[in-house]
This record gives sequence, structure tokens and C-alpha cells, in this order.
Amino acid sequence: MADIVIDRVVKEFGSFQALQEVSLTVNDGEFVALLGPSGCGKTTLLRIIAGLETQTSGRVVIGGQDVSDLAPRKRGLAMVFQNYAVFPHMTVFENVAFGLRMQKAPQAEVKRKVERAAALLHIESYLDRYPAKLSGGQRQRVAVARALAVEPAVLLMDEPLSNLDALLRLEMRTELKAVLREAGTTTIYVTHDQTEAMGLADRIAVMYGGKIEQIGAPLEIYATPATRFVGGFIGSPPMNFIKVRCSHGTARIGDAALPCPTAAENLELGLRGEDASLGPSGSGIPFDVRVVEPMGSHLLLTGAIDGQLARIVAPPTAIVNAGERVGLTVDPARVTWIDGTTGRALARA
Amino acid sequence: MPARTSWIPYALIAPSVVFLGALFLVPLVQTIWLSFSAGEGFSLENYQRMAGDLNFALAIKNTFMLTLVVVPLQVVLALGMATMVTKLDKGRDLVLWVLTIPLGISDLAAGLAWLALLQNTGYLNSALYALGLIQGPTGWLSQETPVALFFAIVLAELWRATAIVLVILIAGLQLIPKEFAEAAEIFGAKPWTRFTRITLPLLKPSLQSALILRTVLAFEVFAVVYALGGRNFPVLAGEAYVWQNDNQNYGVAAAYAVLIMAISLAATALYLRVLRTRPEQLP
Repeated sequence: MADIVIDRVVKEFGSFQALQEVSLTVNDGEFVALLGPSGCGKTTLLRIIAGLETQTSGRVVIGGQDVSDLAPRKRGLAMVFQNYAVFPHMTVFENVAFGLRMQKAPQAEVKRKVERAAALLHIESYLDRYPAKLSGGQRQRVAVARALAVEPAVLLMDEPLSNLDALLRLEMRTELKAVLREAGTTTIYVTHDQTEAMGLADRIAVMYGGKIEQIGAPLEIYATPATRFVGGFIGSPPMNFIKVRCSHGTARIGDAALPCPTAAENLELGLRGEDASLGPSGSGIPFDVRVVEPMGSHLLLTGAIDGQLARIVAPPTAIVNAGERVGLTVDPARVTWIDGTTGRALARA
Repeated sequence: MPARTSWIPYALIAPSVVFLGALFLVPLVQTIWLSFSAGEGFSLENYQRMAGDLNFALAIKNTFMLTLVVVPLQVVLALGMATMVTKLDKGRDLVLWVLTIPLGISDLAAGLAWLALLQNTGYLNSALYALGLIQGPTGWLSQETPVALFFAIVLAELWRATAIVLVILIAGLQLIPKEFAEAAEIFGAKPWTRFTRITLPLLKPSLQSALILRTVLAFEVFAVVYALGGRNFPVLAGEAYVWQNDNQNYGVAAAYAVLIMAISLAATALYLRVLRTRPEQLP
């Protein structure tokens, strides 16, 4: 078991700065997801932690030891790759045993640990098969079992579920969470899929443009995004941003009045689609419904607030028609105020 | 639709089939037939004359010795070179281009180039003389210096034909996703272990192709040997040439040719068996 300290790590590829002074502390036994769109630097950061890439400056400390200049094999970690990287010329058993063999573990211990990892991932019955005979989901299990078999202090996972189909991904996600909770390994998990990050992680680090935008527990990030990017990236539908004018601490939209911070010149109201409740026209914030999409569990309404695009989530039984104007009631405690110039969230009024 | 297009694949391969039939299959059958005919009808006379020849055992021994020394050395050298080339970030194409220059030179020209270096009045002796290591022109390629002659031929063959192995192995190395080596590194494999446990097994199909090609060509070695040693170092293809041109005995020459083919086929079959990759172990 070990904690991980990433201390002002910078990575430049030529003139391109892939990581701009990223700092992050992962506690012992914690599961942190690095979440962001492609090109945000999340995989680069993971590869620097693994030692597969060298940082331009900064330090990586694992379990109190500065590993910045150590080869990957000396860092005491295991990794699951996006394309699994399960060795095609070895049986499943030898794949799972690979790390233990490299440690020159005695045969009895290899057998015991491989069998335990295999049982955890439900691959006992394929141990003598070759990976080519396995499905994508089974190979994924082999890759995870190989990583867990060495009982690593730190487990790194690079988009491990992205090559699986949607149903299998959901199944593996649930299973991974259970398996990793049992193993209690410090885990860093790279993904671009917010549902994976929300569902699995103790904390999420949202990355964008080579920087960490916000670090926090999933619900904290969801409810109080630190920047407009985080609000827009997390949540489906994404957070709505409505330009409003704040005078004397009150923002007026239609008949609704919300207390607002006065600090910013350009103020935006960040509103989650499900934080607004529907009422008749004339009450609250006027919302012109253009499209109604029944999603089963809810209705997704797309329309405009004060002429600006907005998506609102309504109960599945709500009776709303396209072209209608409805009123939205909003709890002032659940909205986010954004400084439109900097894109950063403001303290509540 | 399928009925109308079904002839197209056959039409497309027809030219190569005709080409192979006319220029490969027909001469092959003719050669085999020639080797088994003397006077009238089927006879083993040509083979008896071949086996009874003074140079025959020597030619067999020399050809096998050359192959057994040159081919493994070439594979080891090419593996080292390929590993280094694939690690290069800059100038990789230039390095690869320089390394493969010998492939563009005919084997006779290569043999003559090495003759210019190694003959009595060649560059090697000039250099050794200038350094005071020899007193005057010294022969390295004569019957009296069989070991030096053998190593001269090995050297020339290494220079001339290692690049073909290199090209095949580089292509093979590039087919191996880098994640395999990365995963091995993460899980504790040192560079040499990564090479022997991951790279080499995954490179097996390319190694097989390179070995088959190089071994078959090594059994046919002729021009370099002829340029450097003449008949001081008899090899199978050289003996076939001598029987064909000097002795004007096409039957014995054909017997030699068939023997070389049989040895090559046997070597190929051996490689196909020993280095086969089971389908379930393919990436």
C-alpha cells in the first residue's frame, strides 16, 4: 500500500506543453479517476507515474520514495492497458503469473496467487487457454488479474473499459469496483467516460488542456463545479449556462428573482437540468420548450431560457408539449454562479 | 453478380501462373529429368559421377560450414541492428538506407570489391604493411590459407547479405505493439528478459521467413566464393557451374542443381516445423 504525490509535474513535447505544473495527492488505498476529453494530458500523466514517459520537470513520489528517475519495474506498481497488452504467446496462467515470475517467486506461491487472482476475476476456467481464444471482456479480466496477482502497492489503469461494448462495460465496471475495494489498492484510473469516473472513483480529478481543473468527490464535482468546463463536461445533459444580469444582488429572469454574487462583470447562471422543477407558465423562470424526448426514466426537454439554449430534465409523467412555455422553479442553493470572463465559479451570494 | 465476377480472381493471377509455369516449373521438371537421364532412359549415372567426384565431399562440407556459420551470425547481427534502428528517434531512415546499400550490389560485384580489399596487393595488406605487421604481399585467399579464405568469404557474405535479414526483422519488429514491451517492463522484466521472453517469441514469424530466405540463398552461394577463392573453396553451386561450363556435362550439373534444391527444401521444411507459430498464439 502506498500514497502517491505528484509534485508540479510538467511535460513538454517539443514546444507543446502537454502538462502544465500538475500536482495531485492520492491517499493510500484511494481510487482516483483522471477524467477529461482526449488530449487533456490524462494518459501522459498516468504514463509519467508509471515511468513509461519522463517528465520535463517535477517529481513523482510513491510511498514516500521519490521514483522520478526510477525505471518502471522499480516503482512497485502494476498497470492495465487500454488494449489489454495480454501476451499472445503465453497461456492465461502464464500471463497472470508474469509479474510473479519476474520476481522469481517460488512455483507454489505463483500457483496460489494466480489462482486467487483468477478466482477474483472469474477466469479460472480459461487458465490453460491462449488469449486469442478469448473475447474482449475475458482478455480484460486477464489483464486485471495479471495486475492484481502481484499485489501491487499502486494500480494504474488506462481506459481499461473503453474497448468493450456498452453492456459489458457496465458489467465490468460494477465488478471492478467490488474487486478493487476488496484488494484495497491505491488506484489511478484514466477515463474520458464520466459515468465510469463517477461510479468508480473516491475522488475525480477533472483535467483539461494539461491542467487539473478540479479535484473532488464525484458528487461534489457534480454539484459544485469549479469551472464552466467541469460543469459542462460532467453530467448528462451537461449543465446549462445562462447569461444573466445581476443588479443589487438580484438576478431577474422573467418573473423569477435569484440572489446573485455581484463580483463579476459577465455573470452566468449554471443550472443542472434536474435541479429545476416544472410549473405553469408565468411562475418562475420562463422556458420555451422546443423538443420533448421521452427517455424512459425521465423526459429530456430542449428549449430556451431568455433566448439561450437549455436542457431540462422532467419526471417521465410530466405533460409537456413542444412549443409550450413553462415556468421553472429553482432552488438558489443548487445553482452555480460562473464568472463569464474567467470561466471560474463564484462564491454563492 | 457472384457468377459474373467469379472469373476475375483467376484472370488476375493467370499472368503470374503462366510466368511461373514457363520460367520456373518447366525448367525445374526439365532439370530433374536431365539429372536422371544418361544415354537412354532413367539412370542414376549422373548422381554416381557427382558423388564420385574428388570435390564433391569437400563442396558439401564447405557449403554446410558456410551456411552454419554465416546464417546464425547474420540473424544475431540483424537482430542487434534492427533493435538499435527501431530505437532511433532521428535519422532512422538514413541509417536504414545506409545499412541496406549492400542489397543493391550484385553478389559478383560484392565479391570483387572484397577481392580488391583482401588480395595479395589489396588494401588490407597495404594497411598491414604500413603498420609494419607484414613484410610484403601476403596471400590470404590461397589453398595454403584455407582458414583465412573461409573467414574472408564469411566476412564478405556477412557484409553482402545481412541487410535482407535486417529488413525482414525491422518490418516484424514494427508489427509488435509497443504495449507488450511496456507491460513486461511494468511487471518487472529487465531489458534482456523483455527481449527473450516477449520480443523474440513475437518475432518468430518474421524470424522464420528471414531464416528460410537466407538459408536457401546460403546453400546457393556462388559468386562471392568464386570471386574470392575460385575453386580453392569448392561449393555446391560452384561445382554445378564447373560441370556445366568447363566439363560441358549438363547431366552432372543438373544433379548438383537438384541436390541443392533438395537440401533447400529440407531446410525450409525444418524451419516451418521448428519455428511454426500455433494459430492460437498469434496476436
